[in-house]
Amino acid sequence: MTTTTETTPVIPLPARAATALTGLGALTTAASAALPWTWTSDFPGDLTYAGSPAGLQWLALTAGLLTLVLLLATHGTPGLRWAAPTRSHNGVLYAATGALAVSVFSVTAIAVELGGLANLEPGGWILAAGGLLTVLGALGLPLDRRIRVPLRTLDRRLFLLVPAAPLGWFGAHAIPGDQPVAPVMTALAGALALATGAVLLLQLGHLANTWLRLGTIARPLPAPRQLPSWAEVLIIVLAFGLGLFAITFGIDTEYGELFTGYLLLAAFVVPALTRSGLLARLRALTVKHRPVTTGAAFAAAASFPFTQTSDQYTSVATNILIFATVALGLNIVVGLAGLLDLGYVAFLGVGAYAAALVSGSPASPIHVQFPFWAAMLTGAAVSMVFGVLIGAPTLRLRGDYLAIVTLGFGEIFRITMLNLNGTTGPKVTNGSNGIPRIPDLEILGFDLGKTHTVAGIELGRFSNYYLLMLLVTALVVLVFARVGNSRIGRAWVAIREDETAAEAMGINGFRLKLLAFALGACLAGLAGTVQAHVSYTVTPDQYTFAEALPPNSAFLLAAVILGGMGTISGPLAGATLLFLIPKKLEFLSDYQLLAFGAALIILMRVRPEGLIPNRRRQLEFHEAAIPAQPTGDDAALTKAGA
Amino acid sequence: MTTTATPLLEVTGVTMRFGGLTAVNDVSLTVGEGEIIGLIGPNGAGKTTFFNCLTGLYVPTEGAVRYRGTLLPPRPHLVTQAGIARTFQNIRLFANMTVLENVLVGRHSRTKEGIFSAILRGPGYHRAEAESREKAMELLAFTGLADKADHLARNLPYGEQRKLEIARALASDPGLLLLDEPTAGMNPQETRAAEELVFAIRDRGVSILVIEHDMRFIFNLCDRTAVLVQGQKIVEGDRETVQNDERVITAYLGAPLEGTTPAVTETDQ
Repeated sequence: MTTTTETTPVIPLPARAATALTGLGALTTAASAALPWTWTSDFPGDLTYAGSPAGLQWLALTAGLLTLVLLLATHGTPGLRWAAPTRSHNGVLYAATGALAVSVFSVTAIAVELGGLANLEPGGWILAAGGLLTVLGALGLPLDRRIRVPLRTLDRRLFLLVPAAPLGWFGAHAIPGDQPVAPVMTALAGALALATGAVLLLQLGHLANTWLRLGTIARPLPAPRQLPSWAEVLIIVLAFGLGLFAITFGIDTEYGELFTGYLLLAAFVVPALTRSGLLARLRALTVKHRPVTTGAAFAAAASFPFTQTSDQYTSVATNILIFATVALGLNIVVGLAGLLDLGYVAFLGVGAYAAALVSGSPASPIHVQFPFWAAMLTGAAVSMVFGVLIGAPTLRLRGDYLAIVTLGFGEIFRITMLNLNGTTGPKVTNGSNGIPRIPDLEILGFDLGKTHTVAGIELGRFSNYYLLMLLVTALVVLVFARVGNSRIGRAWVAIREDETAAEAMGINGFRLKLLAFALGACLAGLAGTVQAHVSYTVTPDQYTFAEALPPNSAFLLAAVILGGMGTISGPLAGATLLFLIPKKLEFLSDYQLLAFGAALIILMRVRPEGLIPNRRRQLEFHEAAIPAQPTGDDAALTKAGA
Repeated sequence: MTTTATPLLEVTGVTMRFGGLTAVNDVSLTVGEGEIIGLIGPNGAGKTTFFNCLTGLYVPTEGAVRYRGTLLPPRPHLVTQAGIARTFQNIRLFANMTVLENVLVGRHSRTKEGIFSAILRGPGYHRAEAESREKAMELLAFTGLADKADHLARNLPYGEQRKLEIARALASDPGLLLLDEPTAGMNPQETRAAEELVFAIRDRGVSILVIEHDMRFIFNLCDRTAVLVQGQKIVEGDRETVQNDERVITAYLGAPLEGTTPAVTETDQ
């Protein structure tokens, strides 16, 4: 096999110096958290105290310490070796970049919001220096890299635009404004500047490829030390506890700056831990103790309300759960069966309206109040019936046609609900006013609308609904996992891969597609019944195709694709991110959607297979990573002479 | 080998027209129990169209296809259910599924576990799943792919993809297997191995109808061979009958110009 990788530093530094520099930088970054970063408490989070970190300072502390731990672990420091089983320095570089990202972001945010770098205390400068030192040092460590591949000629020529831009700018200004050609020159200079910007953006990837050339070398994981079973279980539980803490931190961030810093850090910490091999080791443990893992994940999710002091963030968490559950239902339709459904949110709406109509709301024309289990069944059943009704005529279409028809159905649902208002149609849904005052649920004498005290912790209304929704999510996860890995699930994937071949294998394509559609609709309807009660009111506007805030069909699809098609944790993670990012970026006001769009583009550029990819999809998108197959000089030599 | 009293497959007068084009014209063919029948013809003769008529992918304009005496419904999955399995000319595997999963999909028509069974996972479900896996592994061992069960189908080399397609087709316990150019793109050694495989499949009690361009392969294997030219079956019979037929030679090599002596001799093929 020819070598395509090497282990060399990007910046030639003596090995010891690089290590020392990285360590020093990491320590400096961490230590800066104990110093005031700015003199005024105007910056959110109040970073003016010495010795008591707050907000962004916690992130810097985390990044610094993590870099230090990974550095020591990579060098085989006794007692820390577990943190970097692969001994790859790339993990250290990622963690260091995380530290730099946090420090640059913090310093920039302070300078921009308070008006200038003068607002930085020495602590802020130390932070910036620490971040820089860490990355410089880490670039001097022996990194796993691909060997040099020269830029294509065209790419190099495009770089000629870069000096051309200031020349054009200068030329435009050198001509006096009263000359008739002045506007033309200005326009030319502007176009040149725009083109340069575009080229620079496009070429960033190429620059990274020629200069950094970071790659992965398959390093054999050393066999882990044999631990007693209870210790392994303990590690899993600790890991999920840590995960709960990290996610809770993200949901509880009180201001956008902290959330952005958190996202930046997370975006680097996760690859850092992947490169160090720690995540792979953890995954091996979870595979070994699957029931414990499932239990721990559920327990961690269930203990979220107990970490909250008010209902402020449990309401966010409840809505995330609803959104994530519906996304998981959509994943059956899109991820497994490969049917592009652009009107999926309508099934959530059908479930919600069905539950609202039988909830005993005074605005409902049917004056009945079903017990919750019956309401849930009604919502799921009605939704499923709609799924079959929509699916039966449309599922004979393939691909794009199906997408268009489902998009149409989503809109028809919303408009029908608007028109059933008593004037343009029979009075069922009150049109745009929706069905308000949906009473709170009461299950076995337990009023979900009231605050209860459990183990000394007050659980408010949203905490109750969160726990109820978690049960629904668990049910959907169970259904997805079991059906996905069965005869039916295999048939769905076969239809997705090649419908003609699937039918030749005895699969009734239409019936199975209808089944996927119906099951997806049923699960969305189930979530809808809870949503109706959580939000007190159902209105048609909640179920549109695209909007700035989830859940809507576009966001649901984005959650599935972003998270990872065909997996369980993928849509859950994707939905969480897609819900939190717009919510927490509200401080950007007008630029919120722009930033959100940019975040989406970056995410899909970096990970086209989704955050948590299916094993299959990962192979699909990163074919280069697969060792070349002996595809056959044999096969090329066909039987011409036969 | 002679045909039995009730032929396994009985095709009578199948015609397939696409608008004004008659791709298959009044073709009749029978396949008996335990027979290997070859189907040859120049490119565009309608061989694959004929296969598609048999497997329900196309509804023949005229004619009837009977399997074990019953008329076949024109739906692919029902044809497979009835007992006819097929492979494709251009390999159509489920590329992003594992080798084992591909064969398990082939078991679909012979298992019944529905969605509730999958969710509840009772003992019946586990038994059926274990049986399917056992059967699939047996077929992978039969085709020599057992050690690649966990590979993605797309990562298999070409020859093994062909074998996997055959294993997948065999998973539905067919009585008749339709092979569409099973040795296309194979070198002579691989072609010999494919011959062995076809004989082994026949020994499992599966009759075979095979389209091929490789004459040596066809004449080594087949009890009878039918020649399709421009949608019409012009001759059917054993090796000598087909090889010595003037019309077959004309179809493959062209007719001699009038007034010249035919240059074609028996040295060809």
